Amino acid sequence: MSIRFTFGGDEHIFGEVSEAMSLESFFTSLSMTNAVRAAGIKGVTEICPANASFQVKFDPDRIRPDDLMRELKAMEAAAATSDASLKTRIIEIPVLYNDPWTHETLMRFRERHQDPSKTDLEYAAEINGLGTVENFIAAHSGQPWFVSMVGFVAGLPFLYQMVERERQLQVPKYLRPRTDTPKLTVGHGGCFSCIYSVRGAGGYQMFGVTPMPIYDPQQKVSYLRDEMCLFRPGDIVKWKPVTRDTYDAAVEAVAQNRYEPVIRPATFSLAEFNRDMAGTNARLMEALHGR
Amino acid sequence: MAVKVVTPGLSTTVQDLGRPGYYHLGIPLSGGMDRFALRAANMLVGNDEGAAVLEAVFLGPELEFTSAATVAVTGGELPPKLNGEERATWEAFPVKSGDRLSFGFLKAGARAYVAVSGGIDVPLTLGSRSTYTLGALGGHEGRALKAGDELPLGQGKGSKGAIPANLRRQPGNPAELRMLPGLYRHRITAEAGKRFLADTWKVAPEADRIGYRFKGGTALDFVPREQPFGAGSNPSNIVDACYPYGSIQVPGGTEPIVLHRDAVSGGGYMMLGCVISADMDLIGQLQPHAPARFTEVTMEQALAARHDRQAALGRVRAHLGL
Repeated sequence: MSIRFTFGGDEHIFGEVSEAMSLESFFTSLSMTNAVRAAGIKGVTEICPANASFQVKFDPDRIRPDDLMRELKAMEAAAATSDASLKTRIIEIPVLYNDPWTHETLMRFRERHQDPSKTDLEYAAEINGLGTVENFIAAHSGQPWFVSMVGFVAGLPFLYQMVERERQLQVPKYLRPRTDTPKLTVGHGGCFSCIYSVRGAGGYQMFGVTPMPIYDPQQKVSYLRDEMCLFRPGDIVKWKPVTRDTYDAAVEAVAQNRYEPVIRPATFSLAEFNRDMAGTNARLMEALHGR
Repeated sequence: MAVKVVTPGLSTTVQDLGRPGYYHLGIPLSGGMDRFALRAANMLVGNDEGAAVLEAVFLGPELEFTSAATVAVTGGELPPKLNGEERATWEAFPVKSGDRLSFGFLKAGARAYVAVSGGIDVPLTLGSRSTYTLGALGGHEGRALKAGDELPLGQGKGSKGAIPANLRRQPGNPAELRMLPGLYRHRITAEAGKRFLADTWKVAPEADRIGYRFKGGTALDFVPREQPFGAGSNPSNIVDACYPYGSIQVPGGTEPIVLHRDAVSGGGYMMLGCVISADMDLIGQLQPHAPARFTEVTMEQALAARHDRQAALGRVRAHLGL
């Protein structure tokens, strides 16, 4: 597998590890961007890993585009052979599925949807062959998810399902993007889930909301005082379906700044995961629940 | 030493040269959309070229000064009025405490840059005073200005001078936007690539600091393929990837969007290339319905254009004796 390099104008180099999503491609992207960061190349101003690709922004007044391209290509072999493992964290995210706010929004944008006669959850349940919304929520929240990219808007995580490819949930994006999405919506497009960190435009199907802020530019939220964005690539997430009462209590706790998210240290090895997904996920759940 | 906002205009924000280093978190560069005009405004009032100024789009604010200062308005032709009396754009003029600055109707371009000697002294957030409204970050309380806001000013020395029309930089009609093909250009047919360049596009109403949408051209034909796992079913979909500044994405193959200073940092639509760095300023001066054409260039031509823009800024500096 070789990386497809291309210039993005005169200030970016874009590398596509593979057209399709896989955790192998994610780890190649991560090790490439880590290598670029470690190399401290003059003129490099932004280093952005993504799901199965990455981007390096540079100042062409300080480094010639061809020279940087040559340096990046020289790093490819080392990145491909690096050890795909991480010391990371597992984070529990409470979700009120089928909530009134995303429901109000999806009804407002029904004409932009593939199937205006259904809600996003009903549509997702049907096209994934799961029959009911309850089954879909169980599939969505049953196994952990892997943060394979942070971006779009401030601190938004893209999440990849840690199950066999045949079991992964897939839905198309809206036919035309919405101009509005409630803050902290849990969405899904292609094979990725996401959490919309702020209110704004969006094209992913909407399944629910979390009460837990993941971005705080004021840095007042207790767990966002050091970093205004919660997520980093490589974090692992477990959705926890909650009731309206639990959701309301969490919103109240956040407002009083006494909300404490469940975040635990964890390790992840791609080789171990590929060998035994169920065992890896069970071990991650033990890490989360402190057993 | 402050500027009071009497009326805010349509969407007036504090901007400087931006906030590099956080794009990997989805926090874009931000900063003035027309950086040539922003730098020129600062030069006219004796500031560092990267000092924070006000960027006003389409409709200017009304401002009141609480101390004497020097002011200059550059960018689009948004005529300034001091206590009701018209002043020239691209020219420094003094203001006294209690003076009011308002604006006439926009005559050309889209965005005006209002520099005040000493600079707009809002706190630095992640190293910049620029406003990123979508993320409620930076500038004045992370948002566009409102009536009643009071913006602190830095200590400035002021200056004199004017920049003649031949030293300014404005988009043509139609605007010519030079682009370097690449990224996912191979996803569309050769014929579609030619038509994209041959068509004259029009700026759509959805044109803001995040991106400029264009309409009125021919829909793109894609090279058939089985969509890769995780990308989504539309032929314009890709596995969500990083978006370069200036990248030209075409959701559904219909209306291209050029991402600008407040770009979303990534997403799942193919891009057929990037508007070159030298022409990003020009996009910031396009109004809805303005015609525009895309022209393909090579990397060498893009770098030459970048140097030409820098040389043009050099001529402004030389003219002002800086």
